[in-house]
Amino acid sequence: MNDKKWIITGVVVFLLIVLFPFWYNRGKAVPPPEVKLTDKAKAAKECVMSKDYIRAEHMRLLDLWRESVVRQGDRVYTNPKGKEFVMSLSNTCLDCHSNKAEFCDKCHNYASVRPYCWDCHIEPPKEKS
Amino acid sequence: MLELAIKGSKRYYGWMAVLLGLAGIGFLVYLKQLDFGLGITGMNRDVTWGFYIANFTFLVGVAAGGVMVVLPYYLHDYKAYGKVTILGEFLAIASVVMCITFILVDLGQPMRVMNVLLYPTPNSVLFWDTIVLNGYLFLNLIIGWNVLEAERQGVHYQSWLKPLIYISIPWAVSIHTVTAYLYCGLPGRGFWLTAILAPRFLSSAFASGPALLILLCLVIRRVTNYDPGWKQIQSLAVTVAYAICINVFFLLCEVFVAFYSQIPEHMDHLKYLFVGLHGHGAYVPWMWASMTLMVIGIILLVNPVTRKNELTLIAACLCVFFGCWIDKGLGMISGGFVPNPLHEVNEYIPTPLEGLITIGVYALGFFVLSILFKIAVSVKEEVRA
Amino acid sequence: MDTSRRRILQLLGLSAAALAAPPVFNALAKEAAAPAAEPKIGPGNEALKAKQWAMVIDTRKFKSEADVEPLVEACHTIHNVPHFDFKRWEIKWLWATEYQHAFSGTTSTRFIPDAVAHRPFLVLCNHCENPPCVRACPTQATFKRESDGIVMMDFHRCIGCRFCMAACPFGARSFNYRDPRPFIKETNQRFPTRMKGVVEKCSFCVERLAEGKMPACVEASGGKLTFGDLFDEGSEVRKLIQTNFTIRRKVNLGTEPSVYYIV
Repeated sequence: MNDKKWIITGVVVFLLIVLFPFWYNRGKAVPPPEVKLTDKAKAAKECVMSKDYIRAEHMRLLDLWRESVVRQGDRVYTNPKGKEFVMSLSNTCLDCHSNKAEFCDKCHNYASVRPYCWDCHIEPPKEKS
Repeated sequence: MLELAIKGSKRYYGWMAVLLGLAGIGFLVYLKQLDFGLGITGMNRDVTWGFYIANFTFLVGVAAGGVMVVLPYYLHDYKAYGKVTILGEFLAIASVVMCITFILVDLGQPMRVMNVLLYPTPNSVLFWDTIVLNGYLFLNLIIGWNVLEAERQGVHYQSWLKPLIYISIPWAVSIHTVTAYLYCGLPGRGFWLTAILAPRFLSSAFASGPALLILLCLVIRRVTNYDPGWKQIQSLAVTVAYAICINVFFLLCEVFVAFYSQIPEHMDHLKYLFVGLHGHGAYVPWMWASMTLMVIGIILLVNPVTRKNELTLIAACLCVFFGCWIDKGLGMISGGFVPNPLHEVNEYIPTPLEGLITIGVYALGFFVLSILFKIAVSVKEEVRA
Repeated sequence: MDTSRRRILQLLGLSAAALAAPPVFNALAKEAAAPAAEPKIGPGNEALKAKQWAMVIDTRKFKSEADVEPLVEACHTIHNVPHFDFKRWEIKWLWATEYQHAFSGTTSTRFIPDAVAHRPFLVLCNHCENPPCVRACPTQATFKRESDGIVMMDFHRCIGCRFCMAACPFGARSFNYRDPRPFIKETNQRFPTRMKGVVEKCSFCVERLAEGKMPACVEASGGKLTFGDLFDEGSEVRKLIQTNFTIRRKVNLGTEPSVYYIV
């Protein structure tokens, strides 16, 4: 077996490449981000759904909203608590959470998630806090 | 068998390097297109399909042309074609790869292409086109690979391949019919709304596919030790002769219908292509070149003296191939879109960047073709040794 | 290797149990987290309803470009339609053209009064009852809404193949050949833009209909345009069609356009 040295070298190089994120970033763990709520959001006390549900499932909720508004023509969402919302990302969600850079982007950047919603759905102007 | 493609002469490596280089350039320009949008092409609000789709349409024909060797051999026991069926099947694979790539580079949102399968839409011809094209690709891959492998081992190919081979014959016809149906069912496009579009696609396919196959066989004769056979090439040439005659005949039928009926909507598209309309006539020299090439092709192929002479045969095949490419490619696409549904003329001319991406896709296709042909020829050389 | 029948059956049984375990576990776990009430989805109270929205354009009331411009401005402004100087990338949802172009193939301008030959005719998506663009779309990104007959665009699903543009017999659709945002003159914050690579067209202002308002062009026209339910005998549009001579574009193609022109 005179290929032994090539095989071992190959395995070592492979491990180096595959484990790159771990050994390169050792000791540089970043804590999860703190998101800032706007005054309007704080005053509203609760989002469309409960905080835990929204945190985990907001994309699924947005998908449901999108299907309902675009494909069914229904625009009003009544949450389990009976509160009504117009199903709109820019006009409802971002109406309260108008500080996208300090709210949405904080977690998205941390998790390296790049939703392309913003290619079309208008972000609130940056001047608002 | 893939290992046969990795070893070759210096000329082979050089050829592959050039192809990879061209494909690489095409890829880089495609990245620019992904970033900027399809605006880097010459397409406009009226002509929304251009060079990419033109080449796609033409290449579906070349892929279907492979059936012209498969059918006689497997269905009618024309044993002579045994030397070239694999080449026809491999040419089909490379062509379909190019077709699919052309469609992908033409999409405005290519990352969403899986939506076609996630939301199946049986009323859309594009949905069926996706199915039949991919099906044909897999059919030819499975059939070609296994038949070649069996030949290499000196055994008969597995019996379960026979039904697949039989299916591949009408399937070849279907891929081009479905592609024609993309066009000929659209109510607003008078130039395409004709029952003869699908037959015309098939006739030009059976002319241009085997024409390219002849040229490739002659190249193989020249650069390898394998001879596909002069008798086989001559049979193919007869096929091309008949097919190109039928294609030109169909074209003349279209001209008659449009101009004898004197219906403006039917005449306008042909007028735009062949004499210009409202001062726009960029395609006129191309269309006449295409007609000239096809007629020269007919003369050289129908006449037995020129058909049997290798040089004139090469010229004839090139004429047929490029004549069909112009007529069925941009000629058909632009002719359908101009004038637009409001009878306005907005011409489409491909841009250089568009051309680079197109060359890149062709390079990729020929790369795949070269690998497959290298394998096939190496096996044939091996077996004959 | 011990490959007896017993071994194989044991392995199969173990695999089956392993595959069945997660769903059973999940089903049991779900019972604990049952939601309080189900959320509801519906149209708003002000939403306008119709079986098939249609428009009647009284072309006699349009004398010149000046009559048309405010309508096009209204539409293109509130929908963030970009403006390109470079004609190849032009996007238009609503525009005016001459009689011979609007009704090309079905009419001629020979010997007709000058006033008609030079009158601006508004053209837009006809929201056909039998739309060829919907037949063509491979992903149902463009579809005919069952609720109100509007031929809608779902920009999230569109793959940008432009088959719908080839299929439309009226040239009503536009494609985003590049990112439209730099070319929007005045962004309407309350309505999204589109991104490059998708097809767009008039939507009969669905977002305004949902709030009980008439489409922007109808509102801006001051009575020249009428909008209503084609299948409601008592609607304004039906009355106009019954009392005036109206024509539609390319009726011979059988697409049943919903935009009627009083000439």
